[in-house]
Amino acid sequence: MQLELTRQDDELTARLIGELDHHGAGEVRERIDTAVLQHRCRRLMLDFSGLTFMDSSGIGLIMGRYRLMCSLGGTLKIQGSSQRLESVIRLAGLEKLPIWGQTERKTTYETTQ
Amino acid sequence: MKPLNETKITFISRSANEGFARATVAAFAAQLDPAVDELADLRTAVSEAVTNAIVHAYPDRLGPITLTVQLFENGCIRVQVKDRGRGIPDVHQAMEPLFTTGGEERSGLGFSVMESFTDRLRVRSKPDKGTTVTMEKYIAPRVRCKV
Repeated sequence: MQLELTRQDDELTARLIGELDHHGAGEVRERIDTAVLQHRCRRLMLDFSGLTFMDSSGIGLIMGRYRLMCSLGGTLKIQGSSQRLESVIRLAGLEKLPIWGQTERKTTYETTQ
Repeated sequence: MKPLNETKITFISRSANEGFARATVAAFAAQLDPAVDELADLRTAVSEAVTNAIVHAYPDRLGPITLTVQLFENGCIRVQVKDRGRGIPDVHQAMEPLFTTGGEERSGLGFSVMESFTDRLRVRSKPDKGTTVTMEKYIAPRVRCKV
C-alpha cells in the first residue's frame, strides 16, 4: 500500500496505490489525519484510481474520514473508484453520501467492447 | 463429494498475512479458470474472514490461522478459515450488518461482504475454542472458442 499526499491551500489530496486492507489502513489513516490536522485542511480528496483491491477496511477508512471532516466543518470527496470498488461501497450504503466525485468506469468500458 | 485438489496452510495472525492469504487462495483457485470478477469476489471474502480472525480471535496475542482451500469438479471452491482464538459469543449478532466490536474504524461489514461475494457462508464458533468460517463459491463454466 502506497500513499501520496499533495496539498494545495486547504485541500489535501490522498492518492492510494495498491491494495487497501486492514493491514495497510492503519498507517494510511494516521498519515492522512496528521496532515489534515497539521495543515488545517478543510477539503479532503481521497483518490482511489490507483487501488487494485479494497475490502471493508476501505469502508471504515471512508466513514472515519467523513466523520473527521464533518467535525472540522470541512468536506470529503472521493474520486476514481472503479466499478469493482463500488460493489463494496454499495454494500455499506455509502453511495448515498454526498462525497462522490469523478468515477472511473473502466470495467464497464472493457465489458462493452 | 471428494475435492479434486486441496491445500492447507497455517500462518500466524499477523496482519501482513491478509494479503498473503488472498493471494494464495487466488493462485490456487486459478486451476478452475475463474473470471476476473469471480476471483475478485473470492479475494475480498477471504480478506474479510482472515482479517476477522486477526482482529477478533486474537485481540492481544498472535495465534495460528489455518486456511484450507478445496476445489471440486462441479466448479465449487470451498475456503475454510479456522482459528483457535477467543470465539464469538453470539454468532447471530456478529453477523448482523454494521455490528462491530472493532471500534470506530471497523465498518462491521465483514460478514456482509463474505455473504454477498460468495454463494454459501457458514460460521461455527465456541467461546475460547475458536471460530471456523466456511465459504463456498461456484465458478461458472466458461464457453471457450475452439480454434
